[in-house]
Amino acid sequence: MDWSVIIDNLPFLMKGLSLSFQLAALTMVLSLSLACFIAIGRISHRRWIRYSSAIFVNLLRSNPLILIVFWFFFLVPLLTGKHVGEFWSVLIAFVVFFSAYFAEIVRSGIQSVGSNQIKAALSTGLSYPQTMRLIVLPQAMRNVMPALVTECVIVFQGTTIAYVIGLREFLHSTILLTERTVRPVELYLFAALVYFVVCFAGSTLARRLEKKGIRV
Amino acid sequence: MNYDFDWSILWEEPHRNRIIEGLQTTLQLSLLAWVLALSLGILIGSMRMSNSRFLRIFGSAYVELFRNIPLLLQLFIWFFVFPLLLPRDWMLSWNRMDNVPFLTALIGLSLFTSARVAEQMRSGISSIPKGLLDAASSTGLSNVQTYRYIVIPYAFRVMIPAISSEFLTIFKNSALTLTIGVAEITNTSRAIEAWSFRGIEAYSVASLTYMATTASVVIFMSWLEQALRIPGLIGRR
Repeated sequence: MDWSVIIDNLPFLMKGLSLSFQLAALTMVLSLSLACFIAIGRISHRRWIRYSSAIFVNLLRSNPLILIVFWFFFLVPLLTGKHVGEFWSVLIAFVVFFSAYFAEIVRSGIQSVGSNQIKAALSTGLSYPQTMRLIVLPQAMRNVMPALVTECVIVFQGTTIAYVIGLREFLHSTILLTERTVRPVELYLFAALVYFVVCFAGSTLARRLEKKGIRV
Repeated sequence: MNYDFDWSILWEEPHRNRIIEGLQTTLQLSLLAWVLALSLGILIGSMRMSNSRFLRIFGSAYVELFRNIPLLLQLFIWFFVFPLLLPRDWMLSWNRMDNVPFLTALIGLSLFTSARVAEQMRSGISSIPKGLLDAASSTGLSNVQTYRYIVIPYAFRVMIPAISSEFLTIFKNSALTLTIGVAEITNTSRAIEAWSFRGIEAYSVASLTYMATTASVVIFMSWLEQALRIPGLIGRR
């Protein structure tokens, strides 16, 4: 064992880790925003909106993330006609994929709010979009906070998959280093420790939110 | 978008054979890993509910460890790190085995999923009314017997939805094993795409496999859930 390999290459590894964090953060924000629209679509009165959002969600939920990443890596240049780079192609794939999972969580949150609130809000003269934005969604988000935090941990773990198309995030940086330094034991265990610390913090937060049932 | 579809390449050799082998590998790997994960998950889940403080702490540490490290990294650790930590003779005989990637994938997938099963096992067991356990021990059943005859059959039926969703998780996660060289269906699709540049046709094979399997498992499990439901407990139609 020779742990100095980690200290020597710390800047390189941290660059990868910061890319992982950026990818995860952008995915969380964008897919959660998209998920709100899909979740509202899932409970819409118009049948075609309801059906198309249900198809979208089930289509993505029955495919593995790695396959979706491959799909978009192939499709995005084909559809846009230009090379967009690994980061954007992965980001689009992640946002589309995780929006399906976030949408299911948000939907269960919306359904936990209760239809009386919607009726009351509409009767005070608020429009349907206003009702959703000002009355229903804030409560829905609070009710499903633990599940949202857990899903964010899954997003962070999912960023490792970006390595398969060559994005230099944390796992990929680690792999590149093992190839150069031939120190797989130290490097992989260090990577495991880093992921563990971040994800454990996230899942502990989720558990605490659940236990207390607190309103953030 | 300019794209000429040519679905016939999927029927041509060597692609056709590769697809069949890929399907077999995916199914074998996920079924075996599912069985292992269920057995191990039930064991760990029971540890977390036991009276011994040591077993409880061990069970919780196990669950936290395997849940909080990305599966992809776990696969790499089993593939690249674990053999190096074995004694030299063991390492050599491990490397000499056939199909090391498949075995590694099996270990990695099972352990990762067993932690999730253990977690669900706990919520399954917590849903058992306490009176039922008291009644079991008052009829003279030992602790092991109570588990064997009362707790596990009960918890198992309550857990059917969770167990089936774990199968689907393992089934989809098996795609990650392409990174350590297992020739499962996503790997096959990627190989066909790289070979022929027919991405849409190639990836459709994998996507259709996952979607068809998901749909059949969902339908079968909802039937099973109805057939095995505990009278008066799970919502009836």
